[in-house]
Amino acid sequence: MTTATHGAPAPAPGATGGYLSVRDLRVRFATEDGTVRAVDGLSFDLERGRTLGIVGESGSGKSVTNLTVLGLHDPRTTTVEGQILLDGQELTGAGERALERLRGNKMAMIFQDPLTALSPYYTVGRQIAEPYRKHTGASKRAARQRAIEMLAKVGIPHARRRVDDYPHQFSGGMRQRAMIAMALICDPDLLIADEPTTALDVTVQAQILDLLGDLQQEFGSAIILITHDLGVVANAADDLLVMYAGRAVERGTVREVLSAPQHPYTWGLLDSMPTLAGAVDTPLTPIPGAPPSLLAPPSGCPFHPRCGYTAVVGGDRCATERPALPAGRGAACHLGAERGGAVRRGGGGAAGAGPAGATRTDNGPAPADGPAPANGPAPADDPAGGGPANKEPGGGPSQGGDR
Amino acid sequence: MLRFLIRRSLGAVVILVLISAITFFLFFALPADPARLACGKNCDPASLALINENLGLDKPIPVQYGEFMVGIVAGRDFPVGHCDAPCFGYSFVNQEPVWPTIVDRFPTTLSLALGAAVVFLAVGVGLGMIAAWRRGTWIDKLFSSLSLLGQSLQVYFVGVLCLAWFVSGLSIMEQPAYHPITENPARWFSGMLLPWLVLSLIFMANYSRMTRSQLVEQLHEDHVRTARAKGLSGRTVFFRYAWRGAIAPIVTIFGMDLGSLLGGAMITEYTFTLHGVGRLAVDSVRLTDLPMLMGVMLISSAAIVVFTIVVDALYAVIDPRVRLA
Repeated sequence: MTTATHGAPAPAPGATGGYLSVRDLRVRFATEDGTVRAVDGLSFDLERGRTLGIVGESGSGKSVTNLTVLGLHDPRTTTVEGQILLDGQELTGAGERALERLRGNKMAMIFQDPLTALSPYYTVGRQIAEPYRKHTGASKRAARQRAIEMLAKVGIPHARRRVDDYPHQFSGGMRQRAMIAMALICDPDLLIADEPTTALDVTVQAQILDLLGDLQQEFGSAIILITHDLGVVANAADDLLVMYAGRAVERGTVREVLSAPQHPYTWGLLDSMPTLAGAVDTPLTPIPGAPPSLLAPPSGCPFHPRCGYTAVVGGDRCATERPALPAGRGAACHLGAERGGAVRRGGGGAAGAGPAGATRTDNGPAPADGPAPANGPAPADDPAGGGPANKEPGGGPSQGGDR
Repeated sequence: MLRFLIRRSLGAVVILVLISAITFFLFFALPADPARLACGKNCDPASLALINENLGLDKPIPVQYGEFMVGIVAGRDFPVGHCDAPCFGYSFVNQEPVWPTIVDRFPTTLSLALGAAVVFLAVGVGLGMIAAWRRGTWIDKLFSSLSLLGQSLQVYFVGVLCLAWFVSGLSIMEQPAYHPITENPARWFSGMLLPWLVLSLIFMANYSRMTRSQLVEQLHEDHVRTARAKGLSGRTVFFRYAWRGAIAPIVTIFGMDLGSLLGGAMITEYTFTLHGVGRLAVDSVRLTDLPMLMGVMLISSAAIVVFTIVVDALYAVIDPRVRLA
């Protein structure tokens, strides 16, 4: 739990010229039903030694973005526009050979499900050693030795013996450790962890996050941590990017975003999160509606069909005008930071449901039946009267443990 | 591994005994009198009785079955002389001993099956790999159409056409016939070439389709994505990761196909007038030749059962998750 802040003081998120710099990234898939706009104008920067958390629902484009960074998308069906700069090197449009030299070497990825992400047919040691042999040309013996060192480093006991095991002989947590060893064997400068703890049980989750933090301190890598779990982000990330429908809707440091969220979608995410502090029977507040189809994304602000605050903005501005995400700290919302905070306090914190009487342009079934203020967290749950103070990064280890 | 083999071999014996019993008792449900067939056209009651006695047909059927089974294991004495184990008796039709006849026919079937298997495995899997590698391109689509065509072809149609074109018409191929490989390998090869190719054509389509779909499925697996994320080249990922996962199902089907081919490719053998086990099986059914039929049935079944065990044992080699017990 020491990972929240470390490393050199980083420039404000959104400033140009990070180690990884993504500029106006657009990713489209051709499907039989039409074109899916999986990522639609995404920009962010990441420095070495920093961890960027990317949160959002399934289909918000967070995984696609990162597969695209590594060039793992299917070029036959995918169109990529915009810029991805890794240490100044342009990755979009780079040749497959050039990308192969970078993958597993300067940039590496950890996947969600460590069982399916490892081949059942080869020993763990061989799979870990593979990128090292490929990128350094090391001998089989040297690569094996290095794999044993890495296994020991990620905390696998008896690494010398376990290196010849097959993945099915490892437990879930050990497999994810092996994945991390594989990703870090070439000391990558950029590590992308795509839901690295989702498939693991809670005690192992915390261990894996700690491990990532420790290894980051040792190697100074930049880490992108993709997750839908705000508890994970609170513990392990420095900066936070909230994605919705292929766009970034809010960004800032983790502390800023979690303590004073500005976007109604972020409010919704926070309100739909269970806490240990509230009464046992405090109902959670789900965000009404379903994520939009990316075949035909909503006009204007992509969140407007599910947003309870379109009336506060007034007119049909939310449905027609796409809000811009300011550089640095901010949210892509017409409410603006000042007004948003005021409205949210007034609305009792039930973001998705919105204030009573607010018009909601409905889109599908609303799981929370109606915009009843009673659905919001009890006032005692919200001592500061503003943001969910109990969800701050400083919220402590219980955050990682209670989900 | 040893325990696995012992256990499966015992199971195989049980299966073969069951098959023999079913075949045996079904045979006597047939409305034909084997003794009459053996007796020929000018048959008087005296010789009919003699034949019945010689063949043991005058005894109750379960007793006959018991004696038959004992004969396979231990040999058996007939009025005409001793029959060494494995004794399947004498053909009702021509009084030849069954086992030597099968032993005589088997090399033809073995040559046909193994040769065709090599061709359809190599070419079918190869085409499937090319299609998967170039999936979505015109090559892939061409191969898909061709394998659909191949699957709808029948040996008795293609075989006869090929005979007419390549053997009788253009004379660029030899009349199919079996020459022992030990005597003249070149003649063995040229005599079997056309049957191999035609038989392969039928199987090839199946293998190319299966290989392609297995590979395409594997290429979408998470561990293949991981392999790419490590920076391995597309070629390495394809052969080391995707192909590795596609092997097991191909081996399964191949084991089954080879087993059943070794039991005789009846239509192919008939089409090319090859005197193999398959042709023997068809003839013995047609002539209600019980001992011969029993012999062929048990050999065919044994081939399939043995290959099933071999395939299961291979799983343990192919997939480290499989432990035999």
